[in-house]
Amino acid sequence: MTIEVQFSLSWPGFSLNVDLQCPGKGVTALFGRSGSGKTTLLRAIAGLEKVIHGKLVINGEIWQNDGIFLPTHRRPLGYVFQEASLFPHLSVQGNLDYGRRRVGHADHAHFKTIVQLLGIGDLLERHPKRLSGGERQRVAIARALLTQPKILLMDEPLAALDQERKNEVLPYIEQLHNALKIPVIYVSHSPDEVARLADHLVVLEKGRVLGSGPLTAMLARLDLPIRLYEDAGVVLEAVVAARDLQWHLARVDFPGGVLWTRDKGHPIGHAVRVRVLARDISLSREPIFGTSIINALSTRIIALGDDAHPALCLVRLDAGGTPLLARLTRRSAVTLGLAPGDQVWAQIKAVALIA
Amino acid sequence: MLDSDDFAAIRLTFELATVTTLLLLLLGTPLAWWLARTRSRWRGPVGAVVALPLVLPPTVLGFYLLITMGPDGPIGHLTQSLGLGLLPFTFPGLVVASFLYSLPFVVQPIQNAFEAMGERPLEMAATLRASPLDAFFTVAIPLAKPGFWTAAILGFAHTVGEFGVVLMMGGNIPGVTRVVSVQIYSRVEAMEYIQAHWLAGGMVFFSFFVLLALQIFRRDRR
Repeated sequence: MTIEVQFSLSWPGFSLNVDLQCPGKGVTALFGRSGSGKTTLLRAIAGLEKVIHGKLVINGEIWQNDGIFLPTHRRPLGYVFQEASLFPHLSVQGNLDYGRRRVGHADHAHFKTIVQLLGIGDLLERHPKRLSGGERQRVAIARALLTQPKILLMDEPLAALDQERKNEVLPYIEQLHNALKIPVIYVSHSPDEVARLADHLVVLEKGRVLGSGPLTAMLARLDLPIRLYEDAGVVLEAVVAARDLQWHLARVDFPGGVLWTRDKGHPIGHAVRVRVLARDISLSREPIFGTSIINALSTRIIALGDDAHPALCLVRLDAGGTPLLARLTRRSAVTLGLAPGDQVWAQIKAVALIA
Repeated sequence: MLDSDDFAAIRLTFELATVTTLLLLLLGTPLAWWLARTRSRWRGPVGAVVALPLVLPPTVLGFYLLITMGPDGPIGHLTQSLGLGLLPFTFPGLVVASFLYSLPFVVQPIQNAFEAMGERPLEMAATLRASPLDAFFTVAIPLAKPGFWTAAILGFAHTVGEFGVVLMMGGNIPGVTRVVSVQIYSRVEAMEYIQAHWLAGGMVFFSFFVLLALQIFRRDRR
């Protein structure tokens, strides 16, 4: 189950050269600055941009290859545009029916499931003009899903919304993650969205792929200048395992150990993502006692790499199979004699729960 | 007051305007669609030809139509060989002339409406499995509805208001080509000012209300 994407095109002032394999399930984020070609790539996958030289295979189905080019309306895909493009001449129900009728799925149970999943049951009679930006985008996502697509393409679906509306829609998109069996390709330049949603990360720059891989592994790479946030760091998938109601702390478990973080009210057993920045990790040879830092993990050094400033270096760690990044001064690294393979304790000063 | 000649002219005028408007909507729509979306280098010249009647004196248009559709003109040859006879001084001839004369008034509003909607609604329709033809009828036409209304109203009113082309192409045959504007001309020539007043006043009222309707319609849309 893979998505195979090869495109090369050249316009005045812009070229796209992509050769990618993405997993055929989960959320793949196309991340990059504006002008990096991520939207063009998504449009080429949808067939909205006709790239002469290209190959596109979605879970075994050829959509484009030498001499083959399925027009957009023959591709079983769902597309969500940046600005919620609902048909203004149709009601919400009319919008939802537009694609649904054309694929011949009058499956009412599926309709109810999707409408419920996106919480738009009360909006069906309304006109797009009378919806908030967030509601419109939820309807647009539902409309795309109702065609029972084999892949969902989303082009910065939150970028046109203010922060409040973003927070309103994001949980719905997160839910899709668990509810859908189809792959999602999600274009974004927002670190928050990528950290919360992505399983697989593709970083684009100037029409080329800088790197592609599982989110955590990509963020822990030393050779790539990938910074989701202003600082280097990783995002871990964890589960809420315990809550300390007295101190308002939650314990989250991940394969490499346990971390305590501020309790945000998630129930026990809830899957969460936590962000750990490189600057918040310090290393020591021995466990440290008498410190205010409550999180310490036993880790192994995988590699040391350069950081932006010559005084600093990045250390890639392995905590039970999960990669972490730590930032130290070069002097500390040399004084401690750190080398790949060494066992060290990672003191983690801050852990942020992001979803 | 008005006599049966005047009423015949009024009836003929509305028949002509109705037939012309329907034809214009039918044939002008694909032309407007092409002009709105093509990247062909013919877009400019074709657009200019469509707009020509806006600036040409109607007599010029009428003159050339008379020549080309006359017994020695290419279209005249064609219609004769098809057994249709000659078009000048007939009702179908008037329809053809009115069609060309009112073309920009119908094509341009529709073209503007198609251009204003942009690519996005059609791309959306394509991602929802609508073929291009399907999307044209279920998305482009409904979204361009205000443009169609404007086009129909302007095309109709402009056809009612024409004079020069009709006189050149149709002459002044009662019941066949004598429309209201020509009838007014005849009445004035015959010094029958009372009838001329009724007809001319009627035209003023008609035109005023059509334009008023258009204004109200446009404001409602906003």
